[in-house]
Amino acid sequence: MLQFSGEALAYGDHTVLSGVDFNLRPGERVVLLGRSGAGKSTLLNASYRRLAETHPDIALVPQEHGLVPQLSVFHNVYMGRLDAHGALYNLANLVWPFPAQRRTVASVLETVGLAGFDRKAVESLSGGQKQRTALARAIHRGGRVLIGDEPVSAVDERHAAALVDELATRFETVLLALHDVGLARRVATRLVGIRAGRIVFDLPSAEVSDGDIHDLYRA
Amino acid sequence: MTSIAPERLRLPRFGRLGTAAAFVVLAVALLPAADFRISGHDPWAELARMGQGLLSPDFSAIGTLARAAALTVAFAICGVALGASTGFALAPLYRFAPVRLFCVAIRSIHELFWAILLLQITGLSVTTGILAIAIPYAGIFAKVFSEYLDEADPRPAAAMPPRADFISVHFFARLPLAAREFQVYLLYRLECGLRSSAVLGFVGLPTLGFELDTFFKQGMYGAVAAVLIIYYVLIATMRLWMRWPLAPFYLLASIGFMATLASPPMAPGALIRFVTSDIVPAPLRNGDLGDPETWVRFGDWLHMLLFQQALPGLTATMIVAQLALVVAGFVALIGFPLLVVPVVGRFGSALGHIGLVVGRSTPEYMLAYIALQIFGPSMLPAVIALGLHNGAIIAHLLGRQSAHVHENLRPDAPRGLVLYAYELLPRIYGSFLALCLYRWEIIVRESAIVGLLGIATLGFYVDRAIQEIRIDRAIVLLLVTMLATVAIDAISRRLRKAIGIDGLVSRRDQVPGATEARLA
Repeated sequence: MLQFSGEALAYGDHTVLSGVDFNLRPGERVVLLGRSGAGKSTLLNASYRRLAETHPDIALVPQEHGLVPQLSVFHNVYMGRLDAHGALYNLANLVWPFPAQRRTVASVLETVGLAGFDRKAVESLSGGQKQRTALARAIHRGGRVLIGDEPVSAVDERHAAALVDELATRFETVLLALHDVGLARRVATRLVGIRAGRIVFDLPSAEVSDGDIHDLYRA
Repeated sequence: MTSIAPERLRLPRFGRLGTAAAFVVLAVALLPAADFRISGHDPWAELARMGQGLLSPDFSAIGTLARAAALTVAFAICGVALGASTGFALAPLYRFAPVRLFCVAIRSIHELFWAILLLQITGLSVTTGILAIAIPYAGIFAKVFSEYLDEADPRPAAAMPPRADFISVHFFARLPLAAREFQVYLLYRLECGLRSSAVLGFVGLPTLGFELDTFFKQGMYGAVAAVLIIYYVLIATMRLWMRWPLAPFYLLASIGFMATLASPPMAPGALIRFVTSDIVPAPLRNGDLGDPETWVRFGDWLHMLLFQQALPGLTATMIVAQLALVVAGFVALIGFPLLVVPVVGRFGSALGHIGLVVGRSTPEYMLAYIALQIFGPSMLPAVIALGLHNGAIIAHLLGRQSAHVHENLRPDAPRGLVLYAYELLPRIYGSFLALCLYRWEIIVRESAIVGLLGIATLGFYVDRAIQEIRIDRAIVLLLVTMLATVAIDAISRRLRKAIGIDGLVSRRDQVPGATEARLA
């Protein structure tokens, strides 16, 4: 469903990744590993942009969440499905949310551990709660593919594992960047290591040794 | 990120001091061409009578004045509401060149010019007053709102579903991020709207300006003082009575009040006649378009208009504007330290505050009107009024900035004049220059408008054309005015870039009272 062959990925004029050979097949759960600044976000963003053209049913958890701080948690989660309704229906929900939408969103909030937060403004939340809101928005959106850039970085370890498991069951195909190697091994069918602007390994999880991963993070 | 630096503009490098000096030299060179005659009568005796009246305000006509004050507020609220709604709708479309040009055009014409044009179509009516405020304000709101939207965080919109519609994304992921800025700006614009609304009284609408004009003409200076006091109280207390939850109530009450006003009937079809006949150049209207003779006459007509009216009008406008700009600069440089306690002391700063508040909240047109009563019709009252008003605005903004500067100074910083000369002025000078250049365009527009008072700037010729019911000529003269302001705006922007002060003043700094509103 997604294929890069020998491409250079740039951010503006600046080439971040070069010689990228990368593909994503339906049903795969791929995790990108690497130090910060290695180019994971660039690959994720490029993947999202390309996939969105052919697979409009794609969900995204961006690095900085991309939430609207002034709006409530309900509205931010509801935004995941802005494309499911016409503008008039959306505007009505902005001013005075329909009970049916409130219920749907409430059940999603429960799965991410934010039950009862729907009327709170996002700007009043903690960092972890904001991240859960962004996750809830992606879950509410649903669809076949999820792309997430460190989607659980601000959540404590135990909850992070549960949330990543939740994402794995909800989305058929998943492409994530994670810094927690244990979590990555737990969820991924394939691991991709990126170092200094190059993909250094792209293997099924079981075939990646701890040494490979150690090399990825050494100075 | 590697980025190729944009090519720098190569203008003659005057530097910051040189730029200011060039403006001063230009103003001095223009002095011989400026008409500064003080008319025959004794201005000081007149001034003494005025002073006496101002010191003993006469509120005996309080019923009329209260009604005029209420109407001033009602026109301002309705005009600003309509202008803001239109600007709000246009803001997301502002990046399209036709919309942008349209907005530039409508906002480059002053409210008073709109009013005298609209008088030809909608007569002396509520519609005229509201539209005269709403039309130019719509252009201003569209620009400012679109800039606020551009500055807002783009990431939420980027995280929206790929096929979500434009309107939904705008309202969910862009608008809420700029809503607070919108509110602050709206409140500031309402203050401007009160000024505009009061001034509309000078062309006959029943607001405070009308009462001021009437009392002045009868020499009832006590009553003039009463009008001014009511006006200042309105402006000064606006942020107390203008509460957001009450806004719908105010709007409805204003509309209700306006609905009770009777307006003189207009002949039917005034709009059609205006568009299809009044504004068509006379030679074309009266001649056969297929006849080459008609076009020759049109050429003569245009030549006459441009060289006998537009050119002298434009020259006078620019002379007034350049002189007023320099006066405003000096007023600002002398005025802003008056707001800083460590320079002039607590008592001095209180006085400075009052003086500058009066200077900046009195509309420039009203100031010019008052100065005109004293000095008679020449360029002098216009230069004084525009210089004082704009200088006070710049001083107010600089005073606010220097308060921040002073907070961060070393503990053993000097006080008084030395503090001003060694610490404040060098730090604030860039902003000072930037603000002056920002006001330049505004001063040009205002110089044109004071022509309505009889000073020979462009407004004078526009007014004469309209009184002679030669709307076609008025339109051409207004187009010249529009081009002049747009040109000055472009020159000012290039100049600010060339001397590297473009980033020194953010739009927020140009909104007087914005920070106060935020704290409230």
